[in-house]
Amino acid sequence: MQGFASEFSSAMSLILNGDAELWAIVLLSLKVSIFAVLISALIGMPVGAALAVARFPGRRILIVLMNALMGFPPVVVGLLVYLLLSRSGPLGVLELLYTPTAMIIAQVVLVTPIIAALTRQVVEMLAEEYSEQLRSLGVSRLASVPVLLWDARLALVTALLAGFGRAIAEVGAVIIVGGNINHVTRVMTTTIALETSKGNLALALALGAILIGIAVAVNAMVSTLSLRAEQEGLRHA
Amino acid sequence: MIRIFIRAAFFAVGLTAASANAEEPFIVVQSTTSTQNSGLLDYILPGFEAETGIDVRVVAVGTGQAIRNAINGDGDVLLVHSRPAEEQFVDDGWGVERFDVMYNDFVLVGPKSDPAKVRGGMDIVEALVAVSGAEAPFASRGDDSGTHKAEMRLWDWADADPTAASGTWYRETGSGMGATLNVASGMGAYVLTDRATWQSFGNRGDLEVLVEGDPRLFNQYGIILVNPDKHPQVRAAAGQRFIDWLIGPDGQAAIASYKLDGEQLFFPNAE
Amino acid sequence: MRDLTLQMASCLSVDGMRITRKGKALLDVPQLILDGPGPTLILGPNGSGKSLLLRCLHGLIVPDRGQVRQDGVALNADHKVRQAMVFQQPVLLRRSVAANLDFVLKRQGMPRSTRKSRIEDLLTEGGLDGKARQSARSLSGGEAQRLAILRALALDPETLFLDEPTSALDPNATQMIERMILRASTRGVRIVMVTHDIGQARRLAADIVMMQGGHVVEHGAAKQVLGAPKSDAARRYLAGGLVT
Repeated sequence: MQGFASEFSSAMSLILNGDAELWAIVLLSLKVSIFAVLISALIGMPVGAALAVARFPGRRILIVLMNALMGFPPVVVGLLVYLLLSRSGPLGVLELLYTPTAMIIAQVVLVTPIIAALTRQVVEMLAEEYSEQLRSLGVSRLASVPVLLWDARLALVTALLAGFGRAIAEVGAVIIVGGNINHVTRVMTTTIALETSKGNLALALALGAILIGIAVAVNAMVSTLSLRAEQEGLRHA
Repeated sequence: MIRIFIRAAFFAVGLTAASANAEEPFIVVQSTTSTQNSGLLDYILPGFEAETGIDVRVVAVGTGQAIRNAINGDGDVLLVHSRPAEEQFVDDGWGVERFDVMYNDFVLVGPKSDPAKVRGGMDIVEALVAVSGAEAPFASRGDDSGTHKAEMRLWDWADADPTAASGTWYRETGSGMGATLNVASGMGAYVLTDRATWQSFGNRGDLEVLVEGDPRLFNQYGIILVNPDKHPQVRAAAGQRFIDWLIGPDGQAAIASYKLDGEQLFFPNAE
Repeated sequence: MRDLTLQMASCLSVDGMRITRKGKALLDVPQLILDGPGPTLILGPNGSGKSLLLRCLHGLIVPDRGQVRQDGVALNADHKVRQAMVFQQPVLLRRSVAANLDFVLKRQGMPRSTRKSRIEDLLTEGGLDGKARQSARSLSGGEAQRLAILRALALDPETLFLDEPTSALDPNATQMIERMILRASTRGVRIVMVTHDIGQARRLAADIVMMQGGHVVEHGAAKQVLGAPKSDAARRYLAGGLVT
């Protein structure tokens, strides 16, 4: 490990001096994960809200399933998406394997259950509080969903950020379906994996520092927002 | 919030559109970590891309996985190093034809202290017998890669079955060459590696080359076009063009001219 | 503004209403007719069924048996849109003060231009001028309940139900709310309000419904019920004794 410190500082200067290739990788990571989280939100929020508001047989089982999906191993998700998108798989004709779209799909599968489960929790709590008042105002169950989603917005942004955190830090799934192809599907986490396997630990660690920086920033936002959401929630509880 | 969503969506779409030079023709090459980690492909591919306008997208995994991915049709060209498996691939109809491309060699590296006393030997089989006799730590890929297959052949010749000792002195990492070198470096173990990956590996620690030069350490790379009869989506024309270039004079010269620390890593030998 | 004769015609009645849980009657009201002018106050100890009766009248709870009628017709959706309710704990949307009012006005289909001036009028009515942009969740207890009442009034209801709206408030805040209720009543809104505060009943009620153990034990003009209660239970409640 001799010279590790100097190696690390040269790697950091590569980052700080805005090495174009490196920033392209960081940008692709952000792009893929932001896109994945947006799609997950479009699916997960209505599903979570519906589960919170609707009453139907099998609802509890669905909720347990959804919570279990939150902890689904990324590698398994990667494998499933690979089998789906492979040329010998059912969606092979779409030619999506080894593209950023494939990585987005894998991350959507990973993140949607998180957003749906957190949305259900928050909306169910709020629905309990609002239920009589909304019925008194003549708001139907279905019509109450957008009201509840909007009023839970702070907590929902927290859910989005939690999903983003999982997406951006994930390596197992995206390396399988993205292939870690230079300039095409190489993101921060797969670059870290590659540089580690080349024994370039300092560069890997420097990239890890960016990832940690993003994670810290996201978590700071989460804790600020959830504090505010909590204050609003506790006020009249 | 809806407005924020829409704006973010536009932002994301804009980003994708901006970076998607999607209409550029490309091929996907299923290859091994050694060709990528050594830096060879990064060195030679720009020449081909400039000449033909075809973008070469390399998925670098172990030979075993590369072949399985190619069988699934998830690649247009296969560039790996395990001759028996490659011939099987073509015989089963998954590939069109196999061509020799280049070779490099394997080396046995180990800790400077060399507990099995193999330093300087020219006979790899003898060295492995010594390692297993001393029950000195040995890190194996254990991932069905070309290097792993080569290692298992050598153990076979040494009449030893190290997998019986798996978990004691014999450690199977189940990961790529670089990751396995990291493990060996961390625990001071012997390890069989291709010279290219070793040459470009940045975390050698206490390890050094102990045995090299045995003809049985010869490591041949082959290239195969994935059979478009099996997978109609295979970009056969562009893939064939890449193969022709790599085994032709330009590609062969490019391979020969790649040097790391002044040392040539791959030796072109296409017919 | 509704004229008084029309208001006089509106009549809320209960017929053979019963709610039973685990074999125990929680509410058992054979008949109750609310047709007088001025606020009706429902008085009684905890667990006497006051809030349950109020929710049945508003249609939030459907009784096991019997029904609520408005002007002789079973309570329907058309009636319900002309009812509003204020709860013990004000349930305010996590939005600004103005947005809480705008929410119900918008649902009524009021155009944006009219909504703005209507919100200003309402805020003045509730003494909340200048708080339009403040977060509703940051209001004090009294302000929050005033906003809840304003939101109910924004529906322009024929009947306003209130479930112990001042039980958590200090005398000053209580007084402001009682004034709002009286003003609404004067404008012709039928007020039906639950309380356990005898003083409040004295200050507001035109007629009083006295409840105990799920039964209406007495219903009459406030003066009569408070001055000369007929039932034993009412006498003991007003005397501050324990009623079981």
